[in-house]
Amino acid sequence: MLLSVKDLCVKYVTFEGIVHAVNGVSFDIPERGTLGLVGESGAGKTTTALSLMRLIPVPPGIVERGKISFEGRDLDALSGEEMKKIRGNRISMIFQDPMTSLNPVLTVGLQIAETIAAHQNMSEREAMKKAREMLEKVQIPAARYKEYPHEFSGGMRQRVGIAMALACNPRMIIADEPTTALDVTIQAQVIELMRDLRDEFSTAMMLITHDLGVVGEVCDRVAVMYAGEIVEEGSLEQIFEHARHPYTNGLFRCIPDIDEDNSRIQPISGLMPDPCDLPAGCCFHPRCPECMEICRTRKPAPFTENGQMVRCCLYTRGGAGQ
Amino acid sequence: MLRYIFKRIVFLVPVLLGVSILIFVIIHLAPGDPAETLLGPSATAQDLAELREQLGLDKSLVLQYFTFLTNTLKGDFGRSIRTNNSVLEELLDRFEPSLMLAIFSMTLAVAAGIPLGVLAALRQNTWVDTLCNFVALLGFSLPGFWLGLMLMLLFSIMVPILPSSGYGEWKQLIMPTVVLATNTTAVIARMTRSSMLEVVRQDYVRTAKAKGLNGRLILLRHIMSNVLIPVVTVVGLHFGHMLGGVVITETVFSIPGVGRLIIDAIRFQDYPVVQGGILFFAFCLSLVNLGVDLIYALLDPRIKAQYRAG
Repeated sequence: MLLSVKDLCVKYVTFEGIVHAVNGVSFDIPERGTLGLVGESGAGKTTTALSLMRLIPVPPGIVERGKISFEGRDLDALSGEEMKKIRGNRISMIFQDPMTSLNPVLTVGLQIAETIAAHQNMSEREAMKKAREMLEKVQIPAARYKEYPHEFSGGMRQRVGIAMALACNPRMIIADEPTTALDVTIQAQVIELMRDLRDEFSTAMMLITHDLGVVGEVCDRVAVMYAGEIVEEGSLEQIFEHARHPYTNGLFRCIPDIDEDNSRIQPISGLMPDPCDLPAGCCFHPRCPECMEICRTRKPAPFTENGQMVRCCLYTRGGAGQ
Repeated sequence: MLRYIFKRIVFLVPVLLGVSILIFVIIHLAPGDPAETLLGPSATAQDLAELREQLGLDKSLVLQYFTFLTNTLKGDFGRSIRTNNSVLEELLDRFEPSLMLAIFSMTLAVAAGIPLGVLAALRQNTWVDTLCNFVALLGFSLPGFWLGLMLMLLFSIMVPILPSSGYGEWKQLIMPTVVLATNTTAVIARMTRSSMLEVVRQDYVRTAKAKGLNGRLILLRHIMSNVLIPVVTVVGLHFGHMLGGVVITETVFSIPGVGRLIIDAIRFQDYPVVQGGILFFAFCLSLVNLGVDLIYALLDPRIKAQYRAG
């Protein structure tokens, strides 16, 4: 397994209280595998991604427990220097907002080249040459390497971000809502580009999104996150065709279906629970249409069948809770 | 870029013209008569009238203004009523100490203020931060004349290693430089700290970390280049202020600078010196502003792009 995360728990200590952002998340990503991490805003997706890079700001963040192993190495055991050699080199990240994630006062060429120079034994000139090649790879004319981020459109900036992430040929890319900030027409282009380059560079990918359409395009496994937990995980087909968790089903009902006559969107009623004050029992029970008495008190244990994991008392009625 | 600079220099003309009219009007509206001041209470009406005619004060204001304007355009700022020296010579003579003091003080303030601010921001909410803030607050609140007198007491009287006043040798500049730099250092440190706290939270700093870059490279290349943009504004404003002469510091340390020249000229209603001095000051300030704007363009490509378009 390329990446294996076991029981990751992250919290933030704030004035309002302790925010339980990630509560016991476990998942694996094999070589060349693509996992889609789906969920509403505030479900803990970005926190999960940042903990993989060990970029959680401390304070206020605290990684309580959890084991992250990547290429057989335990990332928590690495020193800061060793971790730097992994960031941008073995695991790299594409961020959500291309308007703010590039440095406004540095040329895009330099911003790509410095990643290369940091990890590969290369002179500045060679790194710059490689950076120009990377720009061509993301369909930006290499001659524009001297330009600054403000001279590019949102979609192009995100492509610069992709070039930066791929520059050192990483084993894994974490893409944190890479298309959320873009126009719909540009989203498709960027997703297609990412998929093509992932195949060309044969990297694994973790795609964070709340857009199930994007997941269907790119991923082969899907994990659904809710209130800091993975409530369901399975192959693309399992999740799209045979979703088990009421929350996953609710997410799909939020997408209008043009084949059906009565194609009204059915939103999930209620709001995500306050991460400072999570409900007892199953976190989803206050919003769950199939909530039972037991859900209010017992935290459902994971139930796995044919590689599809679900955390819901509907399936573990007799099982022991955590 | 060159076109932009040229344009800015052309814009200086209306600015200076406006300033010249303002000064002229204000001076002549102020009560008092330089002829009376010059000749003293014993002067006869005839003496006064003769002197006024000699100085051109008997003509109408508009005519006086145009004489002043045409002479200035020819590079002739006139002669001091009080000393009869050429105003331009007197200004240039007095400008050197002010310029030296401004350059040294600003260098000291930048060299001390920026590291102080960076240190405070990097160690936010620790005792280092508290100490830096305390020092900055102290520097900001200490009045210059008091600090000057205390330094004199300490280094000229109790431990006599520095001369207390005057201008000419480098030793005489040390204390005034420190006094003048104190306040600016504090402002620069506070500005750097807050700007830095803002910048380190930006997404692009996280991106830089995610790329696995060295901490030093992130600080110098990614953070400082953005931190300095607002700091340059403060440096420019304070430098312009320093160039105009800092009357209190100059007075405390008996430095013959522009500030004291203009104050004395105002007291004696020495019209030509006041007019020339303030016009010269306005010119210097405009040049400093232009310099600041050019440094902006150097630091921030977005601003440079606007200049190109404009």
